[in-house]
Amino acid sequence: MTTTAPAPNASAPPTPAVPVTSLLRFATAGSVDDGKSTLVGRLLHDTKSILADAYEAVERVTRERGGEGVDLALLTDGLRAEREQGITIDVAYRYFSTPQRTFILADCPGHVQYTRNTVTGASTADALVVLVDVRTGVVEQTRRHLAVAALLRVPHVIVAVNKIDLLAWDRAPYDAIAADVADHATRLGIEVSVVPVSALLGDNVAVRSTHTPWYSGPTVLDLLETLPSADQLDAHEVETSEGVSGWRFPVQYVLRPQDAALTPEYTEYRGYAGQVAQGVISVGDPVVVQPSGLRTTVAGIDTADGPLTRASSGQSVAIRLADNVDVARGDLLSSASDAARAVKNIDAHVAWLAERPLRVRDRVWVQHGTSLVQGMVTAIRGVLDISLPGGTLDASIVEGEQLDLNDIGVVSLLLASPLAIEDFSTHRRTGAFVLVDTQDGATLAAGTARAATPGTGTDGYLSI
Amino acid sequence: MTATHERTDVTASLNTTSPVTPAPPAGAKRELDALDALEAEGIHILREAVATARKPVILFSGGKDSVAVLHLATKAFWPGRVPIELLHVDTGHNFDEVIAFRDATVERLGLRLRVARVQDYIDDNRLRERPDGTRNALQTVPLLDAIAEGGYDVVFGGARRDEEKARAKERVVSLRDEFGQWDPRNQRPELWNLYNTRHLPGQHVRVFPLSNWTELDVWRYIEREALALPPLYYAHEREVFERDGMLLTPHPAIKRRNTETLATRVVRYRTVGDASCTGAVESPAATTAEVIAEVASTRITERGATRADDRVSEAAMEDRKKEGYF
Repeated sequence: MTTTAPAPNASAPPTPAVPVTSLLRFATAGSVDDGKSTLVGRLLHDTKSILADAYEAVERVTRERGGEGVDLALLTDGLRAEREQGITIDVAYRYFSTPQRTFILADCPGHVQYTRNTVTGASTADALVVLVDVRTGVVEQTRRHLAVAALLRVPHVIVAVNKIDLLAWDRAPYDAIAADVADHATRLGIEVSVVPVSALLGDNVAVRSTHTPWYSGPTVLDLLETLPSADQLDAHEVETSEGVSGWRFPVQYVLRPQDAALTPEYTEYRGYAGQVAQGVISVGDPVVVQPSGLRTTVAGIDTADGPLTRASSGQSVAIRLADNVDVARGDLLSSASDAARAVKNIDAHVAWLAERPLRVRDRVWVQHGTSLVQGMVTAIRGVLDISLPGGTLDASIVEGEQLDLNDIGVVSLLLASPLAIEDFSTHRRTGAFVLVDTQDGATLAAGTARAATPGTGTDGYLSI
Repeated sequence: MTATHERTDVTASLNTTSPVTPAPPAGAKRELDALDALEAEGIHILREAVATARKPVILFSGGKDSVAVLHLATKAFWPGRVPIELLHVDTGHNFDEVIAFRDATVERLGLRLRVARVQDYIDDNRLRERPDGTRNALQTVPLLDAIAEGGYDVVFGGARRDEEKARAKERVVSLRDEFGQWDPRNQRPELWNLYNTRHLPGQHVRVFPLSNWTELDVWRYIEREALALPPLYYAHEREVFERDGMLLTPHPAIKRRNTETLATRVVRYRTVGDASCTGAVESPAATTAEVIAEVASTRITERGATRADDRVSEAAMEDRKKEGYF
């Protein structure tokens, strides 16, 4: 904080009362009755994030319902239907912070019929906390959530093996579950930490348990405070890997104020506004505009706070280009080295989130970055069978003719005009898209473009 | 003139005491802090919704959250004027200082403000005064009429998910039907930073760029960006009386009971809504820094402390939102 306080009687020096820290977004998921809401309540409680009146309200309602103490689940179930049914229907966002970090928590539903809301919560998450009941171990819904994490490439998964107090903090069942989880994780290609917890009593949630001397790893909060965010990972990858320094910048809006310029010298200003999707952009970088393929260089990076020499992933800026090339909303600017490529055919993993099924020859809008084009389903290559134990995402894909609500499948799409859709496994932003209903505008699916897997016979991947 | 110079102009126009804002160091920071990340997200949301809108509007009351939204808009569309009209639903019970601040801000930024007045609806019997004299719940019809008359299809609001638990459930882009209703059980999935603003004729979307901000974030942003606010937000002496644990200011719409005695106290407002149901809190915090310290250590939620209308029931906000409320 570099500014002085603007308040009337600005006598006090601007003491940053609360330091601004880095931001981590995480989601929680689990199946019914595994104590997810209790874990969330425990995290909020132990980080002193529940304000007095909210706590008292929960205490009062718990009492009114004949319960004892404080039902922490009532803190997050914000809809009338949720409280009446005692379940979570939609994602609840909670905000809390510790001296180390600021957190955005997306508390997701456990029921399979609300998986679409879990996908919503997980899509922006830097980490996903999956609850497992130590008495039941990994169940179908756990596998579904791990598959969603793999599909969306959530950078870290924390599996909290809960209710260890009910088995007298015994190590053996935890070890068996941890091994099972590790096996799934390896095959799904996701990074997982497993922590034994009792959300009810607080063991290893924010405070290290005295009952688990056999566990020397971090608590759930330790992990959340230290894991890098997706943007941090992205910046790190760019720094450490040679030659993979490509940046991506979807053009959101052309800033061309003309008569609306704040001062006359900006009358002729022309900048391309957007949020850096990947990498670090520097003034002077050679640029390729997709899908046109035009080439130019970055003449300047502007913000309302002044010009920058570099802008990194996550920053909202405006880019000026050296040449007067044709650039519009929906175009993707990318570094000339390691440039994106526009394609008309894609294969993608699709999480189908609509009531009506997806079938071959269906027409949809494909919303990708800041562009929107028509697409047609040319093939449904398979559907993920969540009941198959283990296996990679692709190995668990079985034949299917359509995708139903909450199915994850592999779909081939033909686009009406080329889009710079890239492999999601290496391009988190430019590999992601949503499918939108052409009639009522509903959001139908989350899609992630996939790399061709050798030997699976898929041939349509990312081709012109 | 450089872009850095321009920033001073933009912020000074929103600022009464015009502190000198040092230019930030050039060059990208390696890591965005939480406030940088929230600002970048808010700007992204504003640009995305405006780019896909037929006619966007910002709900602007002069309250701190709407001031933050408007400031984000000035940054999102720099170096041009904010290409969005403003709309305010005036209950007729708003604080004079807030209305004056609202009008001064609109004038300084050269924007167009449409005001929908609850009083007009009461005068011609389209709405009836409630027995308790409060008018917050009466805003919905004038709001929806103004949205329809203005032809607005994208409506920005300053609501934050940390305010209230029904709000905690709402998407950044929230579809409203012809009656302005929110259907909490059938919300669209919202993936990554891909915001879907599409809607049928007659429908509109509400868009909340501050969804992920907390009260503390807003205050830190106000400090960092040196934003001016209505003076009510800072400690001042005021005649107040106590009701249900809230400090209310004398107002023609509120009938003061015999037992409710006036006393002069040092107070400030955490929210500046309808004067008939918005309470002050006792506070010595006279500067933004002091307010931040106070908010950081407070143990009561913003709405719990100051909004009578949210104390009605567990689902008060959900019910109002379903009917088309903000």
